Amino acid sequence: MGKDSKLILDPLADNNPITIQVLGICSALAITAELEASIVMSISVLFVLGVGNVVISLMRNIIPSKIRIIVQLIVVATLVIIVDLVLKAFAYELSKTLSVFVGLIITNCIIMGRFEAFALGNGPWRSFLDGIGNALGYAIILIIVGFFRELLGSGTLLGMKVLGDPIEKTGLYAIGYEDNGFMLLSPMALIVVGIIIWVQRSRNKSLIED
Amino acid sequence: MSLKSKLHNLKEKYKGTKMAPAFNALHTFLYLPNETTHGGTHIKAADDLKRTMNTVIMALVPCLIFGMFNAGYQHYLALGQIEAANGFLGASFWTLDNLLVGAMTVLPLVIVSYGVGLAVEFLFAVIKGHEVEEGYLVTGMLVPLIVPVDIPLWMLAVAVIFGVVIGKEVFGGTGMNILNPALTIRAFLFFAYPTWMSGDKVWVHGAKEMAGTPDAISGETILGYYAKAGQELTIAGTNGGSDIVTTYGDRAAELYSYSDMFWGLIPGSVGETSKFLIIIGALFLIFTKIGSWRIMLSTVIGALVMGLIFNGVVDAGWITESSKFYGLMDVPFWQHLIIGSVLFGAVYMATDPVTAAQTNKGKWIYGFLIGFISIMIRVFNPAYPEGVFLAILLMNVFAPTIDHYVVQANVKKRMKRLKVKTA
Repeated sequence: MGKDSKLILDPLADNNPITIQVLGICSALAITAELEASIVMSISVLFVLGVGNVVISLMRNIIPSKIRIIVQLIVVATLVIIVDLVLKAFAYELSKTLSVFVGLIITNCIIMGRFEAFALGNGPWRSFLDGIGNALGYAIILIIVGFFRELLGSGTLLGMKVLGDPIEKTGLYAIGYEDNGFMLLSPMALIVVGIIIWVQRSRNKSLIED
Repeated sequence: MSLKSKLHNLKEKYKGTKMAPAFNALHTFLYLPNETTHGGTHIKAADDLKRTMNTVIMALVPCLIFGMFNAGYQHYLALGQIEAANGFLGASFWTLDNLLVGAMTVLPLVIVSYGVGLAVEFLFAVIKGHEVEEGYLVTGMLVPLIVPVDIPLWMLAVAVIFGVVIGKEVFGGTGMNILNPALTIRAFLFFAYPTWMSGDKVWVHGAKEMAGTPDAISGETILGYYAKAGQELTIAGTNGGSDIVTTYGDRAAELYSYSDMFWGLIPGSVGETSKFLIIIGALFLIFTKIGSWRIMLSTVIGALVMGLIFNGVVDAGWITESSKFYGLMDVPFWQHLIIGSVLFGAVYMATDPVTAAQTNKGKWIYGFLIGFISIMIRVFNPAYPEGVFLAILLMNVFAPTIDHYVVQANVKKRMKRLKVKTA
């Protein structure tokens, strides 16, 4: 069991897909201006990666290695379409915010990476854990970035005005506080991810590569 | 026992403790360190980092003092309480009232800039256990000079923390940074709080506060006027007179003469308005061999060339008055140097030895492109008619690339020569 729990815990910190492997950066920059979008994106990736890893793992002995990428793509694409349709049916507004980025989960390097590196060589249960672990590692970073960007950029969290009302001048705004417009731009997301990487590596020196 | 030897003794006492770097920093700041390099040959030179930094600060002090007077002058002039000064020694410029308003608005900027910036530097020195770096001395002086007078102090503090940490410390501190920290701070302010960094309300003290009231005053820069040159402007008549209808371009010409622009009696960021004092500062930096004359000269040439190209485009009739770029394109090429902050950027920002190109040829290319791109952004940026800081930051990023190609070209040339000789 110790080995299995490692599958989940490792990607959360010391082998995080975003901060250590530097995969999936694109969506981490694009959709993290709001916390809600970050959470929904994380759940979508959790579903796609968890189920996808199991499916690939079950088929691993019958996929001819020459066409394995195509097979993997078909699996991801199917799952992503399911996610996309579910979002459109139950959370239409949100699916518009996420726009193309749900579709672009197909090209998220984390997913193909886990299929190639893990699911093709391991059993379904372990593949499932690995998928969940990596998706959670991705989710943690997305939620941290989304939290700071929405809080400092719009003064809200999940749409709630936690810092007061900028137009009515209540809360922090009464004493002259203003939202930081830079936080809403993608470059700032890159800087926030960079700061997370910086903090993580200065706490754990073994992660620093030359 | 003198203070100096007392400090030396204290230093020995604190050696190796957590606070040692912070203490050493204070000590080096006041006195020369009593340590010498151990072993090996070395050259003894007086112009260490601290001396270099202090020279630049000396070159900046006139700009700061002028900036204080100008902040008060622009404030009272916009309120209509004083006459225009007409020239550098104008009677209504060098007054105590002006200085008081200026000091009240500008000195807090200086204090916040230095206080917050040096606190961050000390903090990092203690965390990393290295000596404190003097790099912030110049940055701390530049920052208050390149922001609008009324910028809220907490914004400045946030920006300084960001600039020093992200612009400098993450790369390893003074000497390792890619981007000019002072400009990083300004860029952060510009993108984070655009309402405080651009528009026609921020460049004169009090303009933002009074906006929307009957006493509203204009805080527009000359560039702002020129950018809208063709548009109609209605000025409310004074004392019940009828409204005057004019254009922005004519209004600017009416308000500011060329000599005002040269001496610096115009609205703008705190320290960048006086072209005269900037030129004095430039000569001082060139004379002391701190600033590179190649970069300064080539930046000016670059700006002039771009200005000439735009003038040529207008003369050829490729662009008509209906275009929104016409106003700034039509500005005579030499006038670009005395409006806006091209000169300030060229003298104090582009020449930063850490972020500029290192090779002589590279410096020419680097400076030329800064001037060239500055004017280009100035004319084509619809929201904010100035682009010097963006141009310099952009070229900071490319400086190592420029150097690389200059060095490689030289290597190739020499290889060729070697082949000819051996053949």
